[in-house]
This record gives sequence, C-alpha cells and structure tokens, in this order.
Amino acid sequence: MSGEEARDAVGDYRYGFHDPENSTIRFDKGLSEQVVRDISELKEEPQWMTDIRVKAYRRFIEMPMPTWGNCGMLNQIDFDSVTYFLRSSKGTENNWDDVPEDIKRTFERLGIPEAEQKWLGGVTAQYESEAVYHSVREDLEEQGVLFLDMDSGLKKFPDIVKKYFCTVVPASDNKFSALNTAVWSGGSFIYVPKGVHVEMPVQAYFRINAKNMGQFERTLIIADEGSSINYVEGCTAPTYSTESLHSAVVELIAMEGAKIRYSTVQNWSANVYNLVTKRGIAYKDATIEWVDGNIGSKLTMKYPSVILKGEGAHAEVISVAYAGKGQHQDAGAKVHHLAPNTTSNILSKSISKNGGRSSYRGMLQVSPKAHGCRSKVVCDALMLDADSQSDTYPTMEVGNPTADLEHEASVSKVSNDQLFYLMSRGHSEEEAMGMIVNGFFEPFTRELPMEYAVELNRLLELEMEGAIG
Amino acid sequence: MGDELLSIDSLHVSVADTEIIKGVSLKISIGEVHAIMGRNGSGKSTLVNAIMGHPAYEITSGTIKFNGVDVEEMEVFERARAGMFLSFQYPASIPGVQVGTFLRKSVSSVRGDSAPSAREFRKELKTHMESLNMDKSFLARYVNDGFSGGEKKRLEILQMLLLNPRLALLDETDSGLDIDALRVVADGINSVAPNAGCLLITHYERLLEHVKPDYVHVMIDGKIVKTGNAGLASELESKGYDWLEV
Repeated sequence: MSGEEARDAVGDYRYGFHDPENSTIRFDKGLSEQVVRDISELKEEPQWMTDIRVKAYRRFIEMPMPTWGNCGMLNQIDFDSVTYFLRSSKGTENNWDDVPEDIKRTFERLGIPEAEQKWLGGVTAQYESEAVYHSVREDLEEQGVLFLDMDSGLKKFPDIVKKYFCTVVPASDNKFSALNTAVWSGGSFIYVPKGVHVEMPVQAYFRINAKNMGQFERTLIIADEGSSINYVEGCTAPTYSTESLHSAVVELIAMEGAKIRYSTVQNWSANVYNLVTKRGIAYKDATIEWVDGNIGSKLTMKYPSVILKGEGAHAEVISVAYAGKGQHQDAGAKVHHLAPNTTSNILSKSISKNGGRSSYRGMLQVSPKAHGCRSKVVCDALMLDADSQSDTYPTMEVGNPTADLEHEASVSKVSNDQLFYLMSRGHSEEEAMGMIVNGFFEPFTRELPMEYAVELNRLLELEMEGAIG
Repeated sequence: MGDELLSIDSLHVSVADTEIIKGVSLKISIGEVHAIMGRNGSGKSTLVNAIMGHPAYEITSGTIKFNGVDVEEMEVFERARAGMFLSFQYPASIPGVQVGTFLRKSVSSVRGDSAPSAREFRKELKTHMESLNMDKSFLARYVNDGFSGGEKKRLEILQMLLLNPRLALLDETDSGLDIDALRVVADGINSVAPNAGCLLITHYERLLEHVKPDYVHVMIDGKIVKTGNAGLASELESKGYDWLEV
C-alpha cells in the first residue's frame, strides 16, 4: 500500500496516516523460542537478557488467557498472525538530519521537531520496534540524566537495567507481561540521579505503522532519592483492517522522596488490542502519578498501579477513557498500601458513545501493617446514548481498621437541558456535545502539557462530529 | 414602531401530549418591550421555550415567524445565530467548561463573521462585566456550576449583552434577585432594548418599575386574556388575577 492509498483509506483524519512499510529486517509471523532467541541475538544482548526472554516465553506459553474482562474479544487474538520484530532503520539516530526521509515525514506530521523546541526536554520517537530518533537536551545530559531508548539503555548501562528490569512487573505477572518480556523492543530507559529535578516534560511518541505489527515496548524509569521527572507519551495510529496487538510494560521506581509523573494519551485505531501493564513502586515519601488517557483501540485493558512500599508514599491515578462503536475500554487503577501513612487518590472518568463500552476496574488494598492510610476513589461515567454501556468493578481489600477510605461513583447522561442551553447560544448539537465531553474530561485535561490538552480536545470534538469512524 | 420581528399566530403547544399553550397570537417589533404576566403554570415559560425551540415543546398548530421565517424550519442554534436569545429561568450547568471559553465560543458562533477579535472581545467583556458588577474571577469558573441564583441571572444577562440579540426572551430573569441585582439586570435589559424586541416573562411588577414595558399581556391557562400598557402591571399588583378569569 502506498502512502497515498493509505491516506485515502483513512480519509482526512489528521493523525491517521502512515508511511510505506520500509523495513529492512522483518521476522515471519508467529512466535517460537527460536524467534525469541533470534531477536536477542540480533540485538547483540548479554546472555542474561536472552535467558530472561526465553524463560518469559515459556511462561507465556504455559499461562492461560485471562478469564476475566472481555474474554470474547481477548480470545479473538491470533498470536500466530502477529509479527514480533521489525527493524525499520539502521540503528538509532540522534541527529534529525540523519533520519530517513519518509520516517521524518511521518514525524513532521506529528509535529515533533517544533514541539521539541518549545516544550521538550528530550525526544524518543518509536517507529515500528525501535527508536530511530533520539535526543536529549544538553542541560539534561549535564545533570547526569540518562534518557535513551531501552535497547541502547541495555547496551550502555547493562548493570542498571539488570538491577531493576522485571523487579516491578515480573515476567510471570500476567500472560501479556510474559509476552512483552519475551519479545520486547524499544521503549524508554530513564535514570534521574539523586536530587535532580527535570523541570520540563520529557516526551516520547509511539506509533504502530505496519500491518499486524505488534509493539512490545518496554519502559523503565528510575528516579533516585529526592529527584523528580515528568514523562509524557503520546500514541496515534493509522487505521488498518487487520488486527494489531500492542502490549507494553512500564516499570517505575521512585526512591525515597522522589516523584515520577507518567502521562499518556493514546489514540489507537479501532482494530488495536492495547494490553498494557503499568506499575510503579514508591518508597518512603515518594510520589508516583499516572495520568492516563485512552481513546480508540478495539480493546484496552490497562490498570496503572502503584505499590506504596515506604511510609508516607503517595499515589495519584487520573484516567479517562472514551469508548466508541465496537470498542471496549476496560481501564482503572490499582493501589497497594503496604506501608503506614500512605495516601492515594484515584479519579477515573469514562465516556461511552455509539454502543461503546467503558468499564472501571479498580483494586485498593491496605495491608494489615499499614496504619493511618487514606484513599479516595472517584469514578464518573458519562453515557452519550442509550446503546452504550458502562460498568464498574471496584475491589477493596482492607486489612487495617485505621484506614480512611472514600469511594464515590456516578453514571450520568447528557441532558436535553444542557444541549438545549448550549444550542441556544449558537452551537450545533455536535459542537454542544463536544463542549460537554471536553468539560467532563477537564479534570484530566488540565493535568496535561498544553499541546496534549489541545490535541485531546480536538480529537474529542472530531469524535462528536462523527468525523472518525 | 419598526418592522415586525416576531409574529406568533394562533399558537398551540403541547408538552408530553398535554396542551399548555392554547391559541396565542402576538406581534413584536424592534424597539418594543412586551411583558407577559401570569401565575405559575399559566404557560408563560412554555411560550418562550417553544419560541427558542426546546425539543420537549411541540407546536401542534399555529406558527411562529421570526423576520418572516417560520422558526420550525430552523434548528435551535440557527435561531440563535439569526438573533434570538433566551435568558433561562434555570440555566443548565456545564461542568468543566470555563465561563470565559464558553462566552468566547458563543460570541464566535452567534456573531459569525462580525465576531470581534480576541482583543476587542476582551474589551467588550470587561465593559459588560463591570456594568454588571461581576468580578473577573467568574471567567475561570465552570458555566453555572455551583452558581447562586443571582450569579446565574447575571451570567444570562452578560451573555445577552455580548450576543447582542435582535429578539431577547427573558424568562423570569427577575426572580430571586435582591433589589441591587434587580437594578443591575434591568440596566442590562434597558441597554439592549432600543435595538431589539424584548419579551419579559415575570409574575412580579417589581422588574417593570425599572424596565418600562410598552405592552403588558396577561396569560391565564395558556391564553392571553388581556393586553394593556404599563398601567396594567400596577393594576395586577393591587387586584391580582382573579378579576380576569372567565
């Protein structure tokens, strides 16, 4: 398919374009132990990583599919029709001029170079399975911050990777974390030294750009004592008729007094399975914040979680989900209060339209030793029509009687009075709906860097206009 | 008096199959202030909501023409863009949408090509907010979300001033206001009135001490039973509505 044909197929949806597949190395479809070994060998990885991959592959084969969630959709995944590795350019670039032209065109349409000048501390843009463009601003380098794609991180800092890899999300955590551990490629590796504060948001874009191409990126962020970082990731994908599998793993480690904020806005095309394991460990007085926006995909299963391991640690999970026609957003949050005086806030907002389904699935756990914990969970669902669906599955396991827990949930519909009011001020029904929806997501949107907030609002307005399928 | 702006002829309106407006005819021209008075439930609010096009109000017979065009052929937003404005008795709240953003977008939609530049808009906004004694902190709040009754009414009047309508329908804009707020609201109406047709719904005479109506209509059980001048309002205040009932 040529770039032009692809654009025609997608229509004038701004972000729904793709480049001709331009891969120099590509494995056949399907997975075997040999494919896993080949990936590791091709990347010239140390033996211990090959061993981790092979062991994870065996776990993946043994583990059953989840028996909860949308099993009907999950069981449609054909693991044999997925390509597990694809390298699209020779090595990793850190000079924009050296990036191949067609890849650059894709990124230019995503606005990365301009965005970098204005906002970014550094850019890692993932094209297919590996980062092709990577830069770290000089001030970050001077502060000793390591920001690389994960493959380079493993090559240059194998000791750090070995120390932390799989310590937050073990390979055997679930079937998809096992799969990711076996075939991972790309993702970001960040280490922030003690006491260093990265003021500007650090950003990476991910895209799926080849038919049946699975993306299995692996991200590891370590914030050393008293440091802080704000990491931002955005995803858009072209529309394809065949199914695509995206199964990432993100591990965050916030040492004593450190703070990590990880913000994501994803807009997968409607055929993508987005099955992601995101988890962080917060030590004493540390803070981990997940800001997570899910638009698009066929099925998303994602529950950013935080293990509050040290006294006084804090977790914040703010998420939104938008489920359109044929889509199921199964999202939520998990917080484990393992230490005394730990606190958490969970805010989840979901919208369902055109028969879409949003589910909130949450887990809040307080261990018997954890005295004086506080947690507040708020989940709000907004239904835009009678065909759509919203459900909640909150679980609380409270082992300590001193815990102070609040839970609020609401399900609402857009009222005729709201629509009439806005329309009486000159707004068409679609515009009025767009305003109501953007307003509903505002507590999330205001947490994002401005360009993301603008893009998200625009995407939702397009959704309300029915401009997106 | 100027050309006919609004022309209502033998209008019947039902809500959920119950007839509320039972044959109303009314003509309003630019520069005229009309007041409709009547008890609760007499159909006053139904009339203005039907003119603006609320989907729950069904016109079963008769016509409403705005500038000679049957409004049934116009969507609600098209009516707004054509110059109709309704100040709501109970304006809806829109959580998450800031007043400032909402006003800017509404002015762009309604005034279209003649909408002011960002700078002119800010200037207009500042002038009108000062005249309504509204603090600029209003702009960062969410539309009507957690607003007091008086704050909601001020925001309605602010929108009217910014949107500069040809036809202003004001549904009980005076209710629940203290005397100072009432004067502020009345000043707002008076500043729009010379260049627009105004239809005020009220059941107190209080507002009409500040806004002089050219016509006062009495509505009882879905019909206009009497029309007079401003003197009729005072008469109603002292005599009530019983003497008008059939």
